[in-house]
Amino acid sequence: MNIRENIKTLIIEKPLKLDCGQTINDFPLAYETYGSLNENKDNAILVFHALTGDQFVTGINPITKKDGWWSYAVGPNKSIDTNKYFVICANVIGGCMGSFGPSHENPKTKKIYGTDFPVITINDMVNAQINLLDFFGINKLFAVIGGSMGGMQVLQFISNFPDKAKTAIPIACTSSHSAQNIAFNELGRQAIAADHNWLDGKYNLNNTVPDKGLAVARMAAHITYLSKKGLQEKFGRKLQERDDLKFGFDADFQIESYLRYQGSVFVDRFDANSYLYITRAMDYFDLVKQYNGNLSNAFKNTKAKFFIISFTSDWLYPTQENKDIVIALNAIGVNVGFVEIESDKGHDSFLLDVPDFLKALKNFLDKSYNEK
Amino acid sequence: MKTEYKIITNIIEKNSRVLDVGCDDGTLMELLKIDKNVDIRGIEISKEKVQICISKGLTVIEGNAEFDLKQFPNDSFDYVVLGQTLQAFINPEIVIKELLRVGKKAIVTIPNFGHWKVRLNLLIKGTMPITNSLPNNWYNTPNIHMCTIKDFVKFSKIINFKIFKSLALINKNVSNINSSNLFFKNLFGELGIFLIEK
Repeated sequence: MNIRENIKTLIIEKPLKLDCGQTINDFPLAYETYGSLNENKDNAILVFHALTGDQFVTGINPITKKDGWWSYAVGPNKSIDTNKYFVICANVIGGCMGSFGPSHENPKTKKIYGTDFPVITINDMVNAQINLLDFFGINKLFAVIGGSMGGMQVLQFISNFPDKAKTAIPIACTSSHSAQNIAFNELGRQAIAADHNWLDGKYNLNNTVPDKGLAVARMAAHITYLSKKGLQEKFGRKLQERDDLKFGFDADFQIESYLRYQGSVFVDRFDANSYLYITRAMDYFDLVKQYNGNLSNAFKNTKAKFFIISFTSDWLYPTQENKDIVIALNAIGVNVGFVEIESDKGHDSFLLDVPDFLKALKNFLDKSYNEK
Repeated sequence: MKTEYKIITNIIEKNSRVLDVGCDDGTLMELLKIDKNVDIRGIEISKEKVQICISKGLTVIEGNAEFDLKQFPNDSFDYVVLGQTLQAFINPEIVIKELLRVGKKAIVTIPNFGHWKVRLNLLIKGTMPITNSLPNNWYNTPNIHMCTIKDFVKFSKIINFKIFKSLALINKNVSNINSSNLFFKNLFGELGIFLIEK
């Protein structure tokens, strides 16, 4: 799963001190770009991906052969218009699409890291990605954008590098991972650990994968990305290719079959240990605590213009948690706009064809770009 | 009502910080940005209107002024504008106090329920008045706390804020309101415009 010819990789030589105390250097950061950087180098947008995303934002993902995860929002003439903007996205460290992660070999032991890989935080992810600016010779990004865990990276990025982005768009996210979200992540991790193929993370040694556990983790998480109303409307109690209940434990209902399918395709593209590491990073994310209980302090040095977006049916990162960020920004007079988009597609709304969302995103970007 | 926006724009000083509460489609915000180079923010309850503001490049927060003004520290703005919405709040007293906490000054405009047409409407028909500026029925109007120009002047004494400037809009003409002409302005003014301070 490491080096594939379709993956562009930047080797980061500069030592990076991780929050866990370890220092890493000479590590790979896999990235992809769309559009082209203009002469002034002021049209670059750094997109941060969510838990199971990767650097292949739009177009056909060369590894999975499916559409990129944000194809609705990013591309020529789309909200994040690649005719106009230069879009950069990197696979987070701890991930499994080419960036330094638990499926890599430890140069000292010549063995796959597995759970010997250092625990990564959102802060570490962002500190690794800042190197992309030097690499492309960009002094200031036009925008940093991300949804869910990508939104957390936006917040962390601005607090770490207050003058490195002109605009910031955190979408459907939080400044502090809630108990409920930690609980769901723990459920996923325990599902993986309960798979006898997991082998305490050393499954690579045995050439096995804990695919059953990872699939269950994905199924449970997938439910949290949707809304009750959305599920009811799409599936209701419809039966799967049968006229009646079978009085057994096969997938009688379409929703069961759908979740099993989601689980099965996920294990083909995602590494179980990466799932553990990245969910952990989300759980550890608490920008409020990082700034001693005052979120406003995270942003007090920035002149970036914020636009915060939430969705009505998102119960994983509900509007109030997004509004808390707005409140913290208003408390110190930062330029912040906010809109809650009406949608019954749940947390996943930001990834889907939700016209009001896509319109707001496009308008904000295009208007802000023209403001000099 | 363009004249209303022009009057508000005239009152506001250049380069100040302004919050437009209930900013609607952002028309006034745009005007203030261009004419007075103000640093302006808006709050708007309607999602559609917020979208329009975003499409104009305006910084707007979707929210309800009755609850969401809390987040702004004291004196965050030089002016807070509340255009023709005071009557729609559950508790106008709290809203006025919040406006004056968040802003050094506030500009409040009110559709005048003391206008002669409104009075005549009620007197002759005996039903709740429906006029051009108050087009809704009593059961579906957002205006739950209508007041007159005179009421607002009285209100300033009751909850203790200062009125620095009070203007009446009559047929697109603006005139000052003072204690000697209050009776007439309250009878003929379609709109009252007040610059107030703590």
